Amino acid sequence: MSPDLTLAAQSGQPAPAAPDLAPLAVRGLTVSYGETPAVFSVDASFAAGAMTAIVGPNGAGKSTLLKAALGVIPRLSGEVTIFGAPIDAARDRIAYVPQRASVDWDFPTTAIGVVLMGLYRKVGLIGRLTGAHRATALACLDRVGMAGFAERQIGQLSGGQQQRVFLARALAQEADLYLLDEPFAGVDAATEKAIIDVLKHLRDEGKSVACVHHDLATVRDYFDRVLFLNVRRVAEGPVETTFTAENLNAAYGGRLAATHIDELQLASA
Amino acid sequence: MGAEFVQFSLTPILIGVLASVACALPGNFLVLRRQALIGDAISHVVLPGIVVAFLVTGTVAAMPMLIGAAGAAILAVILIEAIKRLGRIEPGAAMGVVFTALFAAGVLLLEQSDTSNVHLDVEHALMGNLESLVWLRAEGWHSLLDPVALAALPDELGRIAVVCAVVVALTALFWRWLKISTFDEGFARGLGLPTGAIGLGLVIAAAVAAVAAFDAVGSIIVIAMFICPPAAARLMTNRLEAQVAWSVLFAVLSAVLGYVFAGYGPLWFGAENAVSAAGMVATVSGAILALACLFGPHRRREGVGAVPGT
Repeated sequence: MSPDLTLAAQSGQPAPAAPDLAPLAVRGLTVSYGETPAVFSVDASFAAGAMTAIVGPNGAGKSTLLKAALGVIPRLSGEVTIFGAPIDAARDRIAYVPQRASVDWDFPTTAIGVVLMGLYRKVGLIGRLTGAHRATALACLDRVGMAGFAERQIGQLSGGQQQRVFLARALAQEADLYLLDEPFAGVDAATEKAIIDVLKHLRDEGKSVACVHHDLATVRDYFDRVLFLNVRRVAEGPVETTFTAENLNAAYGGRLAATHIDELQLASA
Repeated sequence: MGAEFVQFSLTPILIGVLASVACALPGNFLVLRRQALIGDAISHVVLPGIVVAFLVTGTVAAMPMLIGAAGAAILAVILIEAIKRLGRIEPGAAMGVVFTALFAAGVLLLEQSDTSNVHLDVEHALMGNLESLVWLRAEGWHSLLDPVALAALPDELGRIAVVCAVVVALTALFWRWLKISTFDEGFARGLGLPTGAIGLGLVIAAAVAAVAAFDAVGSIIVIAMFICPPAAARLMTNRLEAQVAWSVLFAVLSAVLGYVFAGYGPLWFGAENAVSAAGMVATVSGAILALACLFGPHRRREGVGAVPGT
């Protein structure tokens, strides 16, 4: 913990009374694409060693929250710290998995070529890629069950396989915090199982995981904590106490049918 | 392949090859980023730039022309960005609007100004004058070792050689940045890469290559080389490294074959005069792309939607 405290002290920002050493902490985060804010004045602190689901309706700013926290898109206001340090001092500790649909899979590279991109911060701009690096990348592909597809052009993989390659690239980064944007969107059941197994294994190793997640039916099975977002923060806490009909209604604004809510294994409010 | 070849063909071919490679290298990344039109845009806006430079200085010396062209290219890039952001217009349309408007303005300026006593016209801007870049002081291959003869090489050769070397060096140095940010910009930002600067640097490198090539060979080659060799190369391989190598090969092939066909092709068919070398180089690059479309090993994206699972 002490190195993080040092980093926070060196950042030159007015240190809060008790620096938030959470894997990811945002304070007063506001992001706007135009006139209306996509994320408005959100405070959130993700717990260490836990798997957190970020849920909310379409347009609730879930992906935007992740992107703004990472500096992928500019933020209007607010503060972000990673393990108590400013983002640029903590890049080595974060692995970010963007939405699969955000890239052109016709790009001329192979599955292992994508995973090797995850080693960029270790190899540097002009460092040589060695056999050891390739072995690391291959081991990461193996962890998601894709070792047999290492030399396959990425456009020739199925959606689920592409998503696993993305996860393998994140594993290659050997981060402490994994941020995934809809990792289960449009994947087959076998891939969903493979991904959740890997993520739970990371959690059990003490890593922190946060996913933008759409499938309310699996929140209880997959995650420890849940953050309800609808432009503003609605609620955040352990799934057992926070994943309630009341919070679902608050986040989704009554857009969920009552019968659907009944089917979810909700915590008793 | 004697003294006559060295005098009349060696330097135009070298200049054509260097210009083609300098444009094809950044073209690979522009094509993958769906920004290939920017090469087209830059090579068109060069015209008003050199006309304004002529009106200001009254000469057609190389330096003012290059500065004018570079200024116009930068102006065009800024205008394209401004229209995209302020007008919320898609990039292709923004480029189309800017380069046609500026090119038209260049033609109007050219018509209104008195350029009758200098060699400055629309045809020259489009086609360049590759055939005139000869090395009259050469007496044969041994002249390559003769300092006096070497000093008389056309200036264009030195300029395009420097630009080509710089483009090659930059591509090699920033390879990883270009690859990662072209494939997955969001991930690149997450790694802390300066993706905005990378994209801008790529466009500036393309603009410098376009301006230097324009000076020697006209804008037709520039437009063709930004797109045809990289697009054909993409159909030959599924690796970025191999794609770039193929694109360089195709660029060299286009320049050499284009020059030879332009100079000797019409004679083979009984015609008396050679045709424009720049036009023929661009045509050959288009023919290579057509062949790659028909016979390239990776022209089809087979296997999409393969059965998931291991």
